[in-house]
Amino acid sequence: MNLLGKLTWSAIPYDQPIIMGASGMVVLGVLLVLGWVTLKGYWPYLWSEWLTSVDHKRIGVMYIVLALLMLVRGFSDAIMMRTQQALAAGGAQGYLPPEHFDQIFSAHGTIMIFFVAMPFIIGLMNVAVPLQLGVRDVAFPTLNSVSLWLTASGILLTNISLAIGEFAKTGWMAYPPLSELEFSPGVGVDYYLWSLQISGVGTLLTGINFVTTILKTRAPGMSYMRMPVFCWTALASNLMIIAVFPVLTATFAMLLLDRYLGFHFFSVDRGGNPMMYVNLFWVWGHPEVYILVLPAFGVFSEVTATFAGKPLFGYRSMVAATMAICIISMTVWLHHFFTMGASANVNAFFGITSMIIGVPTGVKIFNWMFTMYGGRIRFTVPVLWTIGFMVTFIFGGLTGVLLALPPVDWQVHNSLFLVAHFHHVIIPGVLFGVIAGYVYWFPKAFGFRLDERWGKAAFWCWFIGFHLAFMPLYVTGLMGMTRRLQHYDVLAWRPWLLIAEVGAVVIMAAIACQIIQLAVSIRAREQLRVSGDPWNGRTLEWSTASPPPAWNYAVLPHVAERDAFWARKRLAPAKREHPSVPREYEPIEMPKNSPTGFVTAFFAVVTGFALIWHIWWMAALGAIGAFVTLLVFAFRETEEFEVPAETISQFDREHQAEVAA
Amino acid sequence: MSVTAVLYDGVDQARLTPASEAGPAPKRIVVAYGFWIFLLSDIVMFSVLFASYAVLVNATAGGPTGAQLFNQVSVALQTACLLVSSYTCGLMSLVINARRQIATYSAAVVTFVLGAAFLALEIREFVGMIAIGATPQRSAFLSAFFTLVGCHGVHVTVGLIWLAVMMAQVAIMGFRPVVQRRLQCFSLFWHTLDIIWVAIFSVVYLMGVSA
Repeated sequence: MNLLGKLTWSAIPYDQPIIMGASGMVVLGVLLVLGWVTLKGYWPYLWSEWLTSVDHKRIGVMYIVLALLMLVRGFSDAIMMRTQQALAAGGAQGYLPPEHFDQIFSAHGTIMIFFVAMPFIIGLMNVAVPLQLGVRDVAFPTLNSVSLWLTASGILLTNISLAIGEFAKTGWMAYPPLSELEFSPGVGVDYYLWSLQISGVGTLLTGINFVTTILKTRAPGMSYMRMPVFCWTALASNLMIIAVFPVLTATFAMLLLDRYLGFHFFSVDRGGNPMMYVNLFWVWGHPEVYILVLPAFGVFSEVTATFAGKPLFGYRSMVAATMAICIISMTVWLHHFFTMGASANVNAFFGITSMIIGVPTGVKIFNWMFTMYGGRIRFTVPVLWTIGFMVTFIFGGLTGVLLALPPVDWQVHNSLFLVAHFHHVIIPGVLFGVIAGYVYWFPKAFGFRLDERWGKAAFWCWFIGFHLAFMPLYVTGLMGMTRRLQHYDVLAWRPWLLIAEVGAVVIMAAIACQIIQLAVSIRAREQLRVSGDPWNGRTLEWSTASPPPAWNYAVLPHVAERDAFWARKRLAPAKREHPSVPREYEPIEMPKNSPTGFVTAFFAVVTGFALIWHIWWMAALGAIGAFVTLLVFAFRETEEFEVPAETISQFDREHQAEVAA
Repeated sequence: MSVTAVLYDGVDQARLTPASEAGPAPKRIVVAYGFWIFLLSDIVMFSVLFASYAVLVNATAGGPTGAQLFNQVSVALQTACLLVSSYTCGLMSLVINARRQIATYSAAVVTFVLGAAFLALEIREFVGMIAIGATPQRSAFLSAFFTLVGCHGVHVTVGLIWLAVMMAQVAIMGFRPVVQRRLQCFSLFWHTLDIIWVAIFSVVYLMGVSA
């Protein structure tokens, strides 16, 4: 009986200089940050104002920080793969051995979907949705903090796998039978499963929280048809989270039972059915695409309307299209494996639904174009990302319609054509969207704008780099190159892969521009300082101060129409002639900060790590620790504190004076 | 019916604020609503286990089938325990509304004992199956059976722990609003386990025996 389960010193890959170098840099970076925080004495501030915060705006900011960090990690994986494929042609073997290359492509997909796109989207929803709804917080603030930290736990576990043990070598979907214990005896798949189980719980709780917030706690007068479109897309996205994340949890639980207790759900013997995993995975996986892309569409809608200075064209059709996608997205999953061997009729059904889902997306594109038509467009950075998205995404969508045809899919299935297609929709659709949202709401969250010039440089590098990196992959895909090749002998592919490598370098320049943009903007924050309404916005979040106070609104706004803040600004000149009655302020009950989320997540990491390495006593300790933490939370005496009316009135008067000036 | 205004209980309905414009709902509503959504997500998770069971029910790999394994008497007793415990849980909700502490404890104890009896019967069934070699490792059918029924059993266990914690809360914190909201959520949870059990009873046991 080994006290540390499967964990020994040999778990650290000393003989792999690339992995040791990378993990050494990560450890050094973390130590430097921790050291800096300790030296500066920031711990009390960090603990009381951020780590234990239940304020939706701060939680949103922390989600986005996680997403940006993981974007760098996921991109490092990407450029390593591109470089390997640029080198390893014919006689050359490149610099990555197959077992390392396999981990990199698995980690890249897992990280980009679960730990970049998801936290970024959820972060933006956290920052914007309660403000847009005109309320003071989400429905369950402490639960929100638990969600954040569980996501962080999953991220931490995935990154621990870099230095201790290994990550999955199965691809980011971890299809059995390859991911079964028999064929993947290492801890890689366990790292994958436990990271995603823990962060998946966090995501599910976010879904519950936001659906409740949007359906039950809107400002007085905000009926459904007066909600900003971003709130509608957030609602659709969170409804889908509730509908499909439990599917992923159950599927992974079954694979875990196979691996840990020798069950036979997906094994090749004793009646197991590996294709059931593939079906269940994509029952989650396809809606997941729309969980990510719908809120991004919401951002584009807000950006288009704001910077064209016009109400969104076809608001009702936009809402209908969003909810239609929300439902149709549950009926297309089989197009991920047309080659499975289902009958022609089954494939035809899913091919047709996959084409139908393009229709509401087309409706949205036309709505954005008509919103811009006749508008006085200001070409700010968020608008560049939006227009860049529109032109790029249409082509990505068209290659998707090609892939929705089963006969075409049979030809290009599992090829780089597919890889090019899904990057062609996810990068412009999701990534451009979240970056547009990041630039758009940054001044709201921090009170100063991001630098324009570096923002534009970042956009153009991303836009050009993206096309250079992915258009060649369509060609090599049609030439027959399958995905995930560590080495290839067909030299005709090589020129295209060299172009793609150049594209990856340009994207690296884009990310560098974004880092510089952030640094430059923080340094010049006094010059970039803005009022509550820097973009001449239309929705309620721009009516409060930037950054908003903890209570968001001194008095809950009363909404009488769509684009509530725009309507109020139009009425303002009339109001000035008749000075309004001085506002009455009342003390506000705000939820108390709580370390519950952080501490529970700490125990979740302990439990997850222990389960991965079969250290059973530690797993039990971690689970008990998490349970006791929740008990302490359940028995706490006070849940809220009162912000005195004087504090609120003072803050609000200053804000009103600023608005008047 | 008049076209301009509908009068109901003497209130002019047309002048009332529509529900969707009424502003944030009271906390009691928000909490119960959020918990309902959680329960829906839980039902989605069970539906995946049901689907897997349906796919694998005939994949017995030469091992025992449901018809050979299931004991209808034991299952009927289990069902009775769980359904009656839901009834006593309903009674508990009533006495909580009346803030009667002793009656609340009594109803909780009865609910707890019935839930524990259900679990004991289930564990006895599992142990008996494992003793004759019908383990979850034997076939895909048995993997799916133990997972689906076991997952419900785990939920009942969690419910029992939750009930015990709630009684401690009533004893220490009294019937304050937060405790009442949690008790309300517990009762929703307990009733949901019934709904899932009814599905398990029908899909697994009734259909399994008749097949």
